[in-house]
Amino acid sequence: MAVAERQAGEDGIPPTYPITVSVNGKEHEATVEGRTLLVHFIRDTLGLTGTHIGCDTTSCGACTVLLDGRAVKSCAILAVQADAREIRTVEGLETDVLHPVQKGFVEEHGLQCGFCTPGMMLASVDLLEKNPNPTEDEIRHGIAGNLCRCTGYVNIVKAVQFAAKKLQEDGQGGGT
Amino acid sequence: MIPPQFGYFAPSTVDEAVELLERYDGEAKVLAGGMSLIPILKLRLAEPVALVDISRLQDLSYIREEDGWLRIGATTIVNDLHDSDLVREKYPIFHDATSVIADPLVDNMGTVGGNVAHGDPANDLPACMLVLGAQLVAQGPKGSRTIPVREFFVDTFETALEDSEILTEVQVPAPRPRQGNAYMKIEKRAGDFSIAAVAANLVLNRNGTVEDAGIALTSVGPTSLYAEAASNHLAGASPDEATIGRAAELAEEIAEPVSDLRGPAEYKRAMVGVLTRRTLGKALARVGGG
Repeated sequence: MAVAERQAGEDGIPPTYPITVSVNGKEHEATVEGRTLLVHFIRDTLGLTGTHIGCDTTSCGACTVLLDGRAVKSCAILAVQADAREIRTVEGLETDVLHPVQKGFVEEHGLQCGFCTPGMMLASVDLLEKNPNPTEDEIRHGIAGNLCRCTGYVNIVKAVQFAAKKLQEDGQGGGT
Repeated sequence: MIPPQFGYFAPSTVDEAVELLERYDGEAKVLAGGMSLIPILKLRLAEPVALVDISRLQDLSYIREEDGWLRIGATTIVNDLHDSDLVREKYPIFHDATSVIADPLVDNMGTVGGNVAHGDPANDLPACMLVLGAQLVAQGPKGSRTIPVREFFVDTFETALEDSEILTEVQVPAPRPRQGNAYMKIEKRAGDFSIAAVAANLVLNRNGTVEDAGIALTSVGPTSLYAEAASNHLAGASPDEATIGRAAELAEEIAEPVSDLRGPAEYKRAMVGVLTRRTLGKALARVGGG
């Protein structure tokens, strides 16, 4: 049967799906097609354009978001897969002050054009959550799914090291 | 790139998922992590009528030892296998493999079951399961059955699973005394599929000769390949340089690589030999006492 002829109920397939997704702590209800990609939902429906579309083939990591705390590539995930789950995007990193990872990228010049930066930062947040004191090797492995065409990664690694140190200091000081 | 339209179902039990697969009679695809399936849909290489999302079946996500087997639920996330202390200590071959599958972000979505059931000869876990003599549990309309992994891979993207069957569990025999194993891969760049990769498992007798051996190859054939002649050559022999060298030659002989962007066929075949020697060496170094 041609796709366009499909009606809800006829072959048991609804044309759209209601979803409820928590994004940066706020609940969003929306109706999406089954095929809507999470990155399009975040950018076009919610207007959160800090999540970038780079390669669109699961290679570059520009579209990285946190899904239930894990860094994932939102160009290869359906919006319906995020139903009843929690998303964090780059817009959700800053509270009253910059997140230590953001601060690290500023202080250590961890970017030039900035296109990969949101994805780099979210991959780093996930890495530091699991491994608060990573070696340089572990940092490089942690960001292996995120490509940067400008920096050569040296300052990105320094930015993550800065953030690891700051998170530990903040943690010892009772948090921010 | 936008996928074609399809219906999406998130069943709450395996039975319900099987019913959906039956209803759409070969026109539905199982969605787990989606790290292979969604790119395929975006490239419009497949246009299924419906997707049956089993990733929400928490019952299928576990790693535990039971009755002499390591049991891995099909929807276990690859990164959870990677982070398992049990796996790192007792099944190091899987830790080797999860260290080189794609990248950490893809491994946060991809599942163990999907890595196997997709039937991609470039996926890394199948070769590890082939050398360990794993078995796969499939559930379908007539109940569940167990399939030896060496009978599972039929052709590229084709497995022994029926249209209405779902892979639910991978069962790996618990390690025996004096067993060691390893997986090594050569890749063009971090996170890529391999140019070639080799899995090896060795079990030694008390006198140091090989009691049982397994060698399997990734990315050099229509499926992951179990190198039977190479494995048999090791059994009963002393794992010295000459024996390992001959096993590597036998492994090269069964490889059917094709020339592509990752290299010419002759190079890939040569790398099978190199990797077989290296992987057997690493497996040997890991043989425990007992």
